[in-house]
Amino acid sequence: MIRLSIPLRQALSRLSLPVMIAAAFGTMLLGKADAMLAERARTVLADLLSPFYAAFAEPARAVRGVVADLPELLAIREENARLREENERLRRWQAAALALESENALLRRQLAFIPEAAPSFQTARVVSDAGGVYARAVLIATPPEITVRRGQIALDERGFVGRVTEVGRRSARVLLATDMNSRIPVTLEGSRGRAMMVGTNGPRPRLQHWSEGIRPAEGERLVTSAEGVSFPAGLPVGVVRWSESGVPEVDMFARLGQLDLVRLFDFGLGGILPPEAIARPEPRPRR
Amino acid sequence: MRPEVVGRRQPSPGLLRRAEAWARAVLPTLCAMLAMVVAGGPTGVAALVPAVTLPQVVFWSIFRPGAMPAAAVFLLGLLQDLLTLAPLGTGVLTLLVAHGLALASRRVLARQSFLAVWLAFCVFAAGAAALGYLLTALMALALPPPAPAIYQAALTAGLYPAFAFLLGRLHAMMLRAEEAE
Repeated sequence: MIRLSIPLRQALSRLSLPVMIAAAFGTMLLGKADAMLAERARTVLADLLSPFYAAFAEPARAVRGVVADLPELLAIREENARLREENERLRRWQAAALALESENALLRRQLAFIPEAAPSFQTARVVSDAGGVYARAVLIATPPEITVRRGQIALDERGFVGRVTEVGRRSARVLLATDMNSRIPVTLEGSRGRAMMVGTNGPRPRLQHWSEGIRPAEGERLVTSAEGVSFPAGLPVGVVRWSESGVPEVDMFARLGQLDLVRLFDFGLGGILPPEAIARPEPRPRR
Repeated sequence: MRPEVVGRRQPSPGLLRRAEAWARAVLPTLCAMLAMVVAGGPTGVAALVPAVTLPQVVFWSIFRPGAMPAAAVFLLGLLQDLLTLAPLGTGVLTLLVAHGLALASRRVLARQSFLAVWLAFCVFAAGAAALGYLLTALMALALPPPAPAIYQAALTAGLYPAFAFLLGRLHAMMLRAEEAE
């Protein structure tokens, strides 16, 4: 290092700014005089910096990608709702497909099968929960021009709901499958075993009286059984769930907690109808 | 220049220590260059390069003039002109003027609160933008649109707090390192 005396160094440092300013003016004049000089210097600088920018390009692209993904993330909510709706529709198709499949299997087993007539149905609005003599029942509003019969079967968009037990002029009561008084003959779809679905007033009815030698398997689908001539065969009911205490229960397809519309099917079946409710009051005018 | 400790002979600076002191001296310039190169990259904002340069030059000129000599300011100005496609020399002159004014007022400004320094810096930013505008007009002998200059002044003034925070940290770290010596 060159050793300078302190006054000289101070003088130099004081001088450096004016010298630099003069150099700046010089640069300006130089740039003005030779326009190509600046361009050449810029090219050299760009050449020097290009590897640096190239190294930077990768993370920059990553950041840009994340930013570009943001709207997509925001749209995910909408997408979810759409998918849920589609899932619902597909579940219905799945039920239809499974019913057709099992019917197909049946038909293959015995040819010359007499097909069932396509059932007619009416859709009615559920106007109130419970009421009446049953703990788990819903009241549905039926227009007077629709004739509802006792013994008709109610389904929601997913599966079996219950059976019409009482009919008024403008309303009907549907006994839900979860009611303690409900007994529904069902078929285990996989093993073709028969069983009884017995309501408990809880959200999941139990399975009882299944045929000997067949054990309801966890997750097995249940459909209604034609035994007893009360129900047509093959309406989707639910899936088997073994409870923690070792009791087979039924996870219903139908959302019995939030029924709003039910379809009333007339299969023309009577079977064992429930008796008229005891001490049923006369239909009041407001009904 | 380190203050002399009275009564004790300063140990002759070893190679490592000299390298460290040298690194401290050039670090601000290198930081400023890096920031300019990054800002001048394909971000697409032309006013960003001068907006990251001026806060650093003024900050170091006020708080640590030894780390920002006039020659370094000249180099930074040249780099700025090359990166921004401005007429050669305008950025150099603007930065040197700002540097000189900051040096002249550093005895007052270094003792002020952050807010006061920021306010003073806003004046610097406006002045620098005005000077740059004037010089560009002079060089081209035509009046360029004034909007970019105003935008640049606002951007520069707005970026100062972020730089002041980071550079203040750096400055404090340097001071600690010097005390430890």
